[in-house]
Amino acid sequence: MSKVLEVENLRISFPDEERRRFYPVDGVSFTLERGRTLALVGESGCGKSLTSLALLRLVPAPGRIEAGSNIRLGETDVLSLEGDALRHIRGRRIGMIFQDPMTSLNPVFTVGDQIAEGVRAHFDVSRAEARQRALRLLQEVGIPDPAERLKAYPHQLSGGMRQRVMIAIALSAEPEILVADEPTTALDVTVQAQILEVLDHLRATRGMAILLITHDLGIVAGRADRVAVMYAGQIVEQAPTDRLFATPSHPYTQGLFASVPRITGPVGRLTPIGGSVPPATAWPQGCRFRPRCPKAFDKSELPPPLLPVGPEHRMRCWLAEERDR
Amino acid sequence: MTPALETLHRAWQNPRGRAGALVLVAVAAAALLAPPLLPDPLAQPDLLNGVNLPPGLGHPFGTDQLSRDVFARVVSGGRISLAVAVLAMALSITLGAAIGLIAGYWGGATDIVLMRLVDGALAVPRLFLLLLVLAVWERVPIGVLILLIGTTGWFATSRLVRGEVLRLREEAYIHAAEALGAPRRRIIFRHLLPNTLGLLLVAATLGVGEVILLEAGLSFLGLGIHPPTPSWGGMILEAKEVLVTAPWVGVFPGLAIVVTVLSADLLGDALRDSIDLWRA
Repeated sequence: MSKVLEVENLRISFPDEERRRFYPVDGVSFTLERGRTLALVGESGCGKSLTSLALLRLVPAPGRIEAGSNIRLGETDVLSLEGDALRHIRGRRIGMIFQDPMTSLNPVFTVGDQIAEGVRAHFDVSRAEARQRALRLLQEVGIPDPAERLKAYPHQLSGGMRQRVMIAIALSAEPEILVADEPTTALDVTVQAQILEVLDHLRATRGMAILLITHDLGIVAGRADRVAVMYAGQIVEQAPTDRLFATPSHPYTQGLFASVPRITGPVGRLTPIGGSVPPATAWPQGCRFRPRCPKAFDKSELPPPLLPVGPEHRMRCWLAEERDR
Repeated sequence: MTPALETLHRAWQNPRGRAGALVLVAVAAAALLAPPLLPDPLAQPDLLNGVNLPPGLGHPFGTDQLSRDVFARVVSGGRISLAVAVLAMALSITLGAAIGLIAGYWGGATDIVLMRLVDGALAVPRLFLLLLVLAVWERVPIGVLILLIGTTGWFATSRLVRGEVLRLREEAYIHAAEALGAPRRRIIFRHLLPNTLGLLLVAATLGVGEVILLEAGLSFLGLGIHPPTPSWGGMILEAKEVLVTAPWVGVFPGLAIVVTVLSADLLGDALRDSIDLWRA
């Protein structure tokens, strides 16, 4: 298996009103492999979108990526890049799909222009050639009548169509990695499935690595090879998808599953996780889930590292040690 | 249809916008095309034709105290007034857009320095600035007059554009373009600028009316366009002496100013409404 992206100990900080720095992303590590999908799951505010922006060095000012973080794209050290070298990573090595297809397309240009823009930003090709490629991309993402759609303005397309166009734009510079940040959140359920099909298809045919960022466990099952669950700026559990679904181990992950309605099994009340995610300015001491955790115990006052709970399965909880005994 | 065309289309649907556009086009067409067909506005006095003739056949707006045809002078004065207004406005809009884009997109120290300079410039009344220069520089050439009006009229536009850019740069599609690795100049010229065009169009249309008034005011004070070249403001100045005996000499250029400025304002308002609709 070939690693295409390695993220190690990623820490992103922002200053608060008193200029003290806080860490919305605090020590995140994961790897992406060719032709595989990693799902990054978590509630709003857990730092998953910021993590994805950091891959392209698009963390908005005054945020910064802290020293000691490491992002390697194949042989390239992303954090040491500047200027044009950085621009050549964006789009060309990592393509990005944003959450809201309604606002992520420029209203004043045709769809064809916007796809061709990515082509021409990274390849030295003629206008006509860029247009040809745009046409092929529209076909690839399953847009009917692509030659006509090329001339359409964003407001003339439905949400699902626009998201397909967004995917075509992300593919325009033929990146090896696709980052999809909540790609289906703004869409109808039926359209969601179609978009996820398109992503699956691309992974299979182009051998792309996909980082799927979502808060919806429902779309993770059957799509992702591995799942990383984030809470309060850290990954709290990471496992192959089937294993995570079979034996969710971290109390937070268990809480997530308990709050999702199921079709099978006995009918009962859903159990929400008590409380809410603390703000990034005030992550709790020790285990960050401790204030909301039904299983917190003495040792939770110390911050737990990622501990093994099974093959390729690790979690950030001291209970993993208890289990071993 | 492109959004820009759609904006124009909707402004055209608005009766006030349509009236303004039609009148402006008529005034511009007359100013551009009619002068060769009319009596010479600079004709030497011809006392046989009579001075201060009231409006009638042959002289629809009458004649002035030097026996020149007032209609011909209003039309060719419009040529000068409109040319000054359009050129000065084009200069203002270009400068304002450029400064606004730079300040808004670069942000930080660049933004602070540029905007404080603009604040300073806005604090000095424009008319005062112009009067000062024109009082020192007698018989200023028309090109210089355009330059002066143009370079003193972009401050408000630059603030407007900067504000819009600050809003736009947080738009998802600008982030998307950055994530795609689009070069900076491309983001500025292809993504930001076209999205401010509507705003610039409104500012330019409303500004044209303002510049016509300003130029008329300066000419009326004897500082703008100098006789014998006809201009609306200058004609009113000359008409002062015969205001009671031959009011048509001053009333018609005055009406020309009112009609043109009003039309520009109506059209500008309609364009603004149309853009607000577009955004909503």
